[in-house]
Amino acid sequence: MSQPSVMERLGILADAAKYDASCASSGTAKRNSAGGKGLGSTEGMGICHAYAPDGRCISLLKILLTNHCIFDCHYCVNRKSSNVRRARFTPQEVADLTIAFYRRNYIEGLFLSSGIVRSSNHTMEQLIEAARILREEHEFRGYIHLKTIPEADPELVARAGLYADRVSINVELPTQAGLARLAPDKSTPVIEGAMASIGSAIVEAKDARKRFRHAPRFAPAGQSTQMIVGADQASDADIVGRSATLYSRFRLRRVYYSAFSPIPDASAVLPLQRPPLMREHRLYQSDWLMRFYGFAPHEVQQAADAGGMLPLDIDPKLAWALRFRDAFPVDVNRAPREALLRVPGLGVRAVNALLSARRQRRLRLEDVGRLTVSLTKVRPFIVTADWRPTLLVDRADLRASLAPHKARQLELFGT
Amino acid sequence: MRVCLPAPDDNEAWRTAARGLILAGIAPDAVSWEEPGQGPGDLFAQSPAPIPPPRPDAPTVRASKAFLNLVRMALLHRAPERFDLAYRLLWRLQGQPRLAEDAADPLVRRLDQLSRPVRRDIHKMRAFLRFRSVAEPDGSERYVAWFEPDHHILRANAGFFVRRFAAMRWSILTPAGSLHWTGDVLEEGPPATRLDAPGGDPLEELWRTYYANIFNPARLKVGAMLKEMPRKYWKNMPEAALIPELIAGAQAREAAMVDLGRQEFGPAPDSLADLATGIAGCRHCAIGCNGTRAVPGEGTRRRAFMIVGEQPGDTEEMEGRPFVGPAGEVLRSQLQAAGIDPGQGWLTNAVKHFKHQPTGKRRLHQTPTAGEIDTCRWWLDRERELVAPRLILALGASAARGLIGRTASVQRERGLLARQGDTDIWLTCHPSYLLRLDGAAREAEQARFVADLRGFAQALAAVFHHPPTHSSKEEGELTS
Repeated sequence: MSQPSVMERLGILADAAKYDASCASSGTAKRNSAGGKGLGSTEGMGICHAYAPDGRCISLLKILLTNHCIFDCHYCVNRKSSNVRRARFTPQEVADLTIAFYRRNYIEGLFLSSGIVRSSNHTMEQLIEAARILREEHEFRGYIHLKTIPEADPELVARAGLYADRVSINVELPTQAGLARLAPDKSTPVIEGAMASIGSAIVEAKDARKRFRHAPRFAPAGQSTQMIVGADQASDADIVGRSATLYSRFRLRRVYYSAFSPIPDASAVLPLQRPPLMREHRLYQSDWLMRFYGFAPHEVQQAADAGGMLPLDIDPKLAWALRFRDAFPVDVNRAPREALLRVPGLGVRAVNALLSARRQRRLRLEDVGRLTVSLTKVRPFIVTADWRPTLLVDRADLRASLAPHKARQLELFGT
Repeated sequence: MRVCLPAPDDNEAWRTAARGLILAGIAPDAVSWEEPGQGPGDLFAQSPAPIPPPRPDAPTVRASKAFLNLVRMALLHRAPERFDLAYRLLWRLQGQPRLAEDAADPLVRRLDQLSRPVRRDIHKMRAFLRFRSVAEPDGSERYVAWFEPDHHILRANAGFFVRRFAAMRWSILTPAGSLHWTGDVLEEGPPATRLDAPGGDPLEELWRTYYANIFNPARLKVGAMLKEMPRKYWKNMPEAALIPELIAGAQAREAAMVDLGRQEFGPAPDSLADLATGIAGCRHCAIGCNGTRAVPGEGTRRRAFMIVGEQPGDTEEMEGRPFVGPAGEVLRSQLQAAGIDPGQGWLTNAVKHFKHQPTGKRRLHQTPTAGEIDTCRWWLDRERELVAPRLILALGASAARGLIGRTASVQRERGLLARQGDTDIWLTCHPSYLLRLDGAAREAEQARFVADLRGFAQALAAVFHHPPTHSSKEEGELTS
């Protein structure tokens, strides 16, 4: 059978890769090619070179090396028993395509993943080869994200980290029961074992660089993972708990959530109802609360209802504030940073501006209005030089007055 | 006092002038700032007077780091009042050294509002500028881009492209001027037009293919896209031409996927009799539609064991009962030999209809596909709930798939295969496999089959301590 053209294969292998949510290219070591050799640069903040109509950033060439797979995970469009068209690229073809796109300023680099062909080790070697060609033959200084295969040799995973800015392994499902049912070829201990060994390799490499300036870097943009939301029975509280464990045990840089979405030729084992995209958004917000707002995992879980689900109509920070009304109002002229970060409607940036401005003046409501997006949302929770809200406990309608009225519209395509 | 700056993005000249003005004690209201192309436009107008010398008592000019950070970007904005606003802030800063940190001050806020779109413009130029390759007379390649910035950011952004594409030769053309990188020197050129840039690049077709396929039609969020990539950028991005058709087709594509995947099995059956009616009418896969009759399970239910085969065969389909053909005979006799009474358990199949190939008079067995087994698993799951067995014996890889969701290898995984809740699932080969072997191979395989059944019998005894009590035989011949 003749090989389909590069364009056809690119179509198939990009289509196969789109269920991975991550496209980040931020937070890696700074590099450039100003010396006149090589190609590319990374300057801290990643760049989204385009946006697709699904609102997602296109920063990297995100493709699979092949969508042939010996695994049969029910949620996956590339599973062995699926009827999708199959294709494969050679590592050289992937490297050439990356360079051609990069020169035209289409991308920040490459995010390469793969179905498992022949064996885990063979697949991992092919992924590494593509990264090696880019780094050694093209002296490519852009961003590389390699998906690693948990079942592969630790020694291979270690090599991947030397070429890649980021390595990732997907935990796939938040619960072990979900994994056993939907990804019967995968195992939680194997996945977590591989994450642990990458985690310690990252720590060791950082440590070595403190002592030896030329020690090799290992995945300077860290390790990330992805969880599918809504394909198993896990509640939001379960997912938040699982993420917190992953962040602390494996020092992950990011946990991505991907609301399970319909795929062509879906397995009959999958649930019929897809979760609303808003659920995914609320999980990202709760993730932010833990990473940037000083919320402990159990505090985020307190924002959920009795069934462990976060409200869809209001964000988790507001939900928490409504439940713990005695923590408010907060005096913007005196409260510590941690207390200000708990105020619904105040972001990290606004809190920084408030802290800086209040050294110059006593803040009035009008001043706060200049520093925030919406005064309406903030007002019930703060005290300023000229403003004090009526007692919050008296306001049974507070939630209704703050919830966005058009929240349902966002789910127009949600079912 | 008129101050004329040499270029709209010359921050250095503004700083020198502003410093001189402060030292000379000239208040903001007395200064008017001009930039090329935005002054009175009169060629014969008087050229501006030089800035007066510093007053003898002038203190040193103060400019905090926060101030410099704030105005560095704001001064690149296209708004003509930016120089004046920045000078007003510098003037007040002399008495209030930390003023620039007070984001609640209206003037600081105004300058901050000017700096944000500039920062965004710089970022979007790095993101959305597209190079097109052009062959040079000497055979080398030059990469040329056309971009239309909103603010005076071209020079400020040059460093980024030099650091990133140092080994390439490239040009960036804009309506306000152009940049040319020769490989080691950056040269500035005059304003250009879109026609000076190449009209296409053969790679763009590949890029568009990538863009169309990385888009997930099941998650359409046009607003989120427009917020980050407003329409004004689209005309210079080769992929953007696809956006209208991708949006238009998305809902249809999603609906088609959902329809294909839809498995409306209706409410779960409450009894095994309901389940038998259900499978008889099931048309969810090709086997269900092949005109054969469905074969329900039979036997003893509640706290018993369950034996799951692949699918009914020729005899089973005709009689409407499981395990009554040649393979069933092997199974029943070997179960007896291992000390298991087949009548004490529940016998059924992973797939409820008979998949076959009609060849003349005979109907030749065909293995069901993984997709067909997965579809029929809905019925098997309901059947397991109703029968509630403590132990299940899977005969062959297809049965295992119906139970645990993956195609297990009998040779490697025979014996205890999985534990789901308090149900243990055992695996051995399908008895029809033995019928296809001859001689020594058959004897060897049969011995292993018998050994597996003995193991299963021991597990049964361990779970129940004593042989299962004679509970009522339920609905033995459901279909008759």
